[in-house]
Amino acid sequence: MAEMDTSSSGGKHKKGPGVKKGKKLSTRVDLTPMVDLGFLLITFFIFTTTMSHPTAMKLYLPKDTDKPEEQNKAKESGALTLLLGKDNNIFYYEGILAPDASNFKSSNFGVGEDGIRNVILRKKASTNIEDLVIVIKPTKECVYKNVVDILDEMKINVIKRYALVKVFDIEEQLVAKSEETLTN
Amino acid sequence: MGRAKLPRKSTIIDMTAMCDVAFLLLAFFILTTKFKPEEAITVVTPNSVSAKPAEEKDFVIVTIDAKGKVFISMDDEEKKEFIANTLNTTKNLGIDVNAFKKASFFGTPFSSLKSFLSLDDSQKKGDMLPGIPVDTTKGNNEMIEWMQLIASAYQGLKLNNLYVKGDNNSKYPSFEAVIESFKKNDFMKFQMITNPEAVPVGSEYFKLRGEGVKLED
Repeated sequence: MAEMDTSSSGGKHKKGPGVKKGKKLSTRVDLTPMVDLGFLLITFFIFTTTMSHPTAMKLYLPKDTDKPEEQNKAKESGALTLLLGKDNNIFYYEGILAPDASNFKSSNFGVGEDGIRNVILRKKASTNIEDLVIVIKPTKECVYKNVVDILDEMKINVIKRYALVKVFDIEEQLVAKSEETLTN
Repeated sequence: MGRAKLPRKSTIIDMTAMCDVAFLLLAFFILTTKFKPEEAITVVTPNSVSAKPAEEKDFVIVTIDAKGKVFISMDDEEKKEFIANTLNTTKNLGIDVNAFKKASFFGTPFSSLKSFLSLDDSQKKGDMLPGIPVDTTKGNNEMIEWMQLIASAYQGLKLNNLYVKGDNNSKYPSFEAVIESFKKNDFMKFQMITNPEAVPVGSEYFKLRGEGVKLED
């Protein structure tokens, strides 16, 4: 199969008596490495084709309503508001924003102690699970990636109640001011 | 008593046949792999832990590129025909219904839709087009009208595959305007196209999944 027929064909071509016969070299090739390579490529192709399939993340929007009796009320103690700023900054406060902004803190997308995942987990551990609601307020400066990342964070930390809400002007100003102090 | 001598067999196996099979399979996989069609709009999607695959038919995708320009694409030709006819009657745009049906995406204001449809495919590239205007501050969010058209095209039928495909670096206001247009037309549920990502080890979602708890996507 994997060798060539090197035997003299027909026998018509007989060499003379004085002519030395050349040593017959086997032309058999070991195909094992080639098979290995073939299967390696196959596995590579199978993996890359299924892995690159995009996934979809669901998001339910709350209905806008002007009537206060129809609005979902969030308990002050259970609310955590996250503000997404530029350059992947996150600011957050629990409950209602204090007039002197004393409960306004900064965080980031990292996994450190002040990273957003720990902030969410701490809040989750310290509040009644029924009351917990996370309000996400992206500002004009943040990018789409931040929004998806924070929604993903809700899923990772199994937060049942969260909402994407329009930011207030006062909060946006506060974010801008805090960002200035962060960069300085 | 003499034992019958077994003839010594060679341990070399002929690999040729196996090699043939391997490369045949390889050729099969390469040929059946769908090559990613060159996309007119380049978008780098963010990652998420979601494992639900995105549907590839009967979709409406709203694309937001890195500069915040918004494009809309859909695959159902009947719906597109309906939209084209509605646009012609309500706005008197005089657009070519067939060209509208064939177009894979739309990315211009309504006023220049006609000239957009007459463009060559090579010119229908995301960077060369202005995108659908979504400036909410000027009250010029044409996405609301687009979603209205889509809502009426899907009259009675549920639109399950409404996707937003945003670029990592697109600014939030465009996305907000798109959400606004969904809300205004009672599309309260949509999905975002992302790339899969591993669930962080040790997180609550990771633990729940490990316990076999069914989690909704």
